[in-house]
Amino acid sequence: MGKMIRVLVAKPGLDGHDRGAKVVANALKDAGMEVIYTGLHQTPELIAEAAVQEDVDVVGLSILSGAHMTLFPRIMELLKEKGGGDIMVFGGGIIPAEDVEELEKFGVARVFGPGTDTNDIVSFLKEKLHG
Amino acid sequence: MNEKEIKEYKRKKREYYDTLQECNLQDIDFTTVSSEPVEPLYGPDDIEGLDYQEELGFPGSYPYTRGVYPSMYRGRFWTMRQFAGFGSAADTNRRYHYLLDHGQTGLSVAFDMPTIMGYDSDHERSLGEVGKCGVAIDSLQDMETMFKGIDQSMVTTSMTINAPAAILLSFYLCAGEKKGVPFEKMGGTIQNDILKEYIAQKSWIFPPEPSMRIITDILEFCSQHVPRWNTISISGYHIREAGSTAAQELAFTLADGFAYVEAGIEAGLDVDEFAPRLSFFFNSHLDFFEEIAKYRAARRIWARRMKEKYGATKKKSLLMRFHTQTAGCSLTAQQPENNIVRTAFQALSAVLGGTQSLHTNSMDETLALPSEKAVRIALRTQQLIAHETGVVNSADPLAGSYMVEAKTRELERQAEDYFERIEELGGVVKAIERGFFQKEISRAAYEYQKAVENGRKIVVGVNKFVMKDEKIDIPLLKVDADVEMKQRDDLEKLRSGRDNDKVARELEALGEAAAGSDNIIPAILECARCYCTEGEIITELKKVFGEYQEPIFL
Repeated sequence: MGKMIRVLVAKPGLDGHDRGAKVVANALKDAGMEVIYTGLHQTPELIAEAAVQEDVDVVGLSILSGAHMTLFPRIMELLKEKGGGDIMVFGGGIIPAEDVEELEKFGVARVFGPGTDTNDIVSFLKEKLHG
Repeated sequence: MNEKEIKEYKRKKREYYDTLQECNLQDIDFTTVSSEPVEPLYGPDDIEGLDYQEELGFPGSYPYTRGVYPSMYRGRFWTMRQFAGFGSAADTNRRYHYLLDHGQTGLSVAFDMPTIMGYDSDHERSLGEVGKCGVAIDSLQDMETMFKGIDQSMVTTSMTINAPAAILLSFYLCAGEKKGVPFEKMGGTIQNDILKEYIAQKSWIFPPEPSMRIITDILEFCSQHVPRWNTISISGYHIREAGSTAAQELAFTLADGFAYVEAGIEAGLDVDEFAPRLSFFFNSHLDFFEEIAKYRAARRIWARRMKEKYGATKKKSLLMRFHTQTAGCSLTAQQPENNIVRTAFQALSAVLGGTQSLHTNSMDETLALPSEKAVRIALRTQQLIAHETGVVNSADPLAGSYMVEAKTRELERQAEDYFERIEELGGVVKAIERGFFQKEISRAAYEYQKAVENGRKIVVGVNKFVMKDEKIDIPLLKVDADVEMKQRDDLEKLRSGRDNDKVARELEALGEAAAGSDNIIPAILECARCYCTEGEIITELKKVFGEYQEPIFL
């Protein structure tokens, strides 16, 4: 057993669809992780700041408004600027496959689409963070 | 049945259940999609004491369980209304012409997130969001473009807009006015249901109190000047999408409806003046009979309460007219063509439940906004139900079904239980502040997710009948990336080309109206007419009303 994984679950952008973010937050909690949920309508600045301040291992971003190609890279950039470049980022939402490829090139560890089993997210994070 | 027959029936029923015990039954889940238990068989004892006139009545008569109009679909079909909007006003205008040309009978506007949240396209918070999940509308000018070549006295238009509803309605009315259509000739709907925003959809701007004041101002203004407008579309759709059960959708939506009625009455309006223009919006999920029962129960509860509790006397005040949208949350990204079938079943239950208008989702909506072909199939699904299946021939054809009547009663009872709990918490706004709805919904959503993950609930293509290494090969809609830039340019031109002194004066007058107690709609209309942007109007109102901060509930 490694140390407890700390996760920031965040909702960037303007959409209010928080069902997925909350389900994932609850599932990660039940899997023994420490979960901080930002609430809705967060700016990239606030998310990056919270991630660094809370010293999390990983940030989960949920977005369903279509603004992922702007907001995800912006958050990655800000994380680097604020000294959180080693924090892993994963995401979920309504994101077309070609955008997923693009985002993974930017360094997003994984994008989980609709229909994802939360157990897959849990094992992905455990494997990545505990090896 | 007489006593002897009942006795005999009950004996037979026991026998039947004994036989059932000996049968080999499948080891699968037999609850509804809301995890409600369902009997293996329903019979006369499940609808004991059913009084036809009291509980059902005829279509078009109290308590309207069987439908709000006597003729139902023999009079006219439901309005086939596909929700659409993306990119710029001009892109959306093209899609509207396409839909009208293909036989759609009403328009329904989807706005982008900045419009929904009250930001102009050039605001910092709008970055990356402009035109993405709906159309970007910044001012009256965009609204004029969106309705170019469309006769606003002929189509009815539904606008999915809530916190800034008064502003978008003003843009719409002014766009019509400029084409010579008087306010009283324009018909349509604004969603304008702020309570469900705090509960589920989460697109709010102002705190509850000023939000409710804007709403009562709209109720008053429209009842006098825009009599064909449906002023609030009280929505269960988003509550269900956020993960609620059918009973919660029914109960929370109706509770919101009663809260608006109470707010109107408290503001000094006559219930029969505004209640006829309240309409509803429900989800149609996959559990066929549960959904049909939900619509029937909704009509009955609304009619009874409006009459008995709120003293409405006009027949129209008692009628629950509703729009339905099939359940987006039931669609899968896996094997997306299967969504056509899911949507068809859901649309059928909405029609059997007596809906007044319907949006059918497109197969590709878990991946992107719908492509033209996908949206055409969705529209054809409705046309097929209307013209080929024969279900339109008789009103409320499932009435008298032991199961449907029993489920209708059960949902009504469950809703009444929720009303009591909400009352105990001090009403809808207090319950929102305490996170009651939010927690109920997220708990239900999580329970459902777990049921799917442990295989108790089956989702075809997701946890059963999965295709390995599936390649999605349906074409997706791409929103033009230049929309944001174009909107910014247009805004710049608009701001430099209008009478900015007048703009400043009208915004100031709006601020004064908001701070006072006069109806604010005339002031908003004046702002719209001189091309104030949505963001400018909202900024002015925020100065007076403040902004809502949600307490976080997981």
